[in-house]
Amino acid sequence: MRIDALDQENVRSPFQRILRVIFKDKAGLFGAVLFATVLFSAVFAPYIVPHNPVAQSLDASRQPPAWQEGGSWEHPFGTDNLGRDMISRIIYGSRVSLTVGFFGVAIAMSLGMLLGLIAGYVGGRVDNIIMGVANLFLAIPYLLLVVVVAAVIGRSLINVILIFGFTNAPLFVRITRGEVLRIRKSGYVESAVSIGARPGRVVFHHILPNLIGPLLTVATFEMSGMIFYEAGLGFLGLSVPPSIPSWGNMLAAGRQYIQFSPWIAAFPGLAIVVTSLGMNLLGDWLRDILDPKMRRSAS
Amino acid sequence: MQRYLFSRIIQSGLLMVGVLIITFFMVRLTGDPARTMVPRDASPERVEEMREAMGFNEPLVLQFTRYMGGAARGNFGQSLHYRKPAMKLVLERVPATIELTLAALSFALLFSIPLGILGGSRPGTIWDTLARGFGLLGQTIPNFWLALMLIVVFSVNLGWFPTFGRGGIISIILPAVALGFFPLGQFTRLVRSSVLEVRGEDYVRTAYSKGIDERQVLMRHVFRNVSITLVSVVGVQFGYMLGGSIYIESIFSWPGIGRMINEAVQARDFPLVQAIAVFSAGFVVVLNLLTDIAYALIDPRIRYED
Repeated sequence: MRIDALDQENVRSPFQRILRVIFKDKAGLFGAVLFATVLFSAVFAPYIVPHNPVAQSLDASRQPPAWQEGGSWEHPFGTDNLGRDMISRIIYGSRVSLTVGFFGVAIAMSLGMLLGLIAGYVGGRVDNIIMGVANLFLAIPYLLLVVVVAAVIGRSLINVILIFGFTNAPLFVRITRGEVLRIRKSGYVESAVSIGARPGRVVFHHILPNLIGPLLTVATFEMSGMIFYEAGLGFLGLSVPPSIPSWGNMLAAGRQYIQFSPWIAAFPGLAIVVTSLGMNLLGDWLRDILDPKMRRSAS
Repeated sequence: MQRYLFSRIIQSGLLMVGVLIITFFMVRLTGDPARTMVPRDASPERVEEMREAMGFNEPLVLQFTRYMGGAARGNFGQSLHYRKPAMKLVLERVPATIELTLAALSFALLFSIPLGILGGSRPGTIWDTLARGFGLLGQTIPNFWLALMLIVVFSVNLGWFPTFGRGGIISIILPAVALGFFPLGQFTRLVRSSVLEVRGEDYVRTAYSKGIDERQVLMRHVFRNVSITLVSVVGVQFGYMLGGSIYIESIFSWPGIGRMINEAVQARDFPLVQAIAVFSAGFVVVLNLLTDIAYALIDPRIRYED
């Protein structure tokens, strides 16, 4: 360690180092800004929307965005087929997307981590059974599984969260188990065991802290994936009820008017792209910071 | 090799049994499958009728053995909507889906390989930026939205392509681009990063120092390594595209199994949904098996003997 101190970077305080990493990676910073914007609009939606997102106004239906002929700044992104303000609906839609993404990942990660820890740490037959079931779920085309389950159990926010939570768990099981097996073989875990540390201590003090980095990185990408798939389910009419403004529901409605009012489908899609872009850049950046061994081959 | 092959086949068989078990319980998730299979506003009499007709009154064990027995003979019952054997209906739709998937795959490979090689072998240039850009966009643009926007631009505004339907080579272009965009991004990232990696290897440096021109080095030494990595993900992507085809086929009215899933789900035709799920999962399982075998054959370093 002392030899490394010659390196300028290690002389700085940890806080300075973090700031340096943040500003060194422009793409990561951009991603963070995008994500923060989406998060901000989700949290403060009621205070920033110009109109009520569910208020209909049939004589103002299908107004084009402000910069197009026939549009006005009253509705910057135009209105949908029922005359509802597009930008207000998009801002409110971020709530559904982020809620599904956040809770979906929270469920998938806790469940996956628990089962992955058990599989990796206990090993033997328990490991075989857990991994057998996990691989089975990974063998079925993901979207098909999600669509069918959604169709069977019906439309509601809770159901959508549960579907994504459970169907994504196998991925976290696999990653956790792989990491546990790797960490178990490392010198410090063997030393801990050899000086008589009990399994509980080994798991909570030595294995879990090392899992956080890789899992957090995967969680970012998975959350962006869930936002994607939630919109997809909404597009097929299988996500939250149609009365709730969500990006998927908006896309489904916009599809019918694609020929003459393309903006109704265009803007919610753009919102998904912005969110997903932000989360992906953020994920790449997290990977760089948290897991130096898995650095992108890019730089 | 033979032993490996044998154990992989057994494993795939077990996986299929698991898939059948999942599809059996999938439609029973709510506890009342008869209710699931009728429209939301159906009368109690209609539900009871369905329960009787589908045998949901009988003991679960009996239903299960009957389901597995039927599955073993390729019988998944009658489609509620079409009143024809479900698996037969699925098989009729398969060629259209395979056609679309292969077109999407060709599109993805055709653009990602040159882009990835150019980007990877010239870091920091415009090619590299392009390769990284497409890699990222492939991941962040939802294919259902891309499909709609392609229709707006190329069918509605420019009038170059039909907005929907399957007929002739021209009708497959937009759906193939929309479906192939995600794999395009993934392949580009993969090719680019493996080119970057291989570039530093001794044998590539040796080849350059011997004075062999760049094109030859790229083809003979770099691309060969890249192709091994590609084989392993093409299979996975095929499975992904089966899922993605649910949107793309519905949007473009492409008569494949993707559109059929959507229609079957909307019509609550669950015997048909089960047949599609089993077929798709079986397809992916077989594909993964073939991928592993191809992998073992292409890469001489891999000797599966355990």
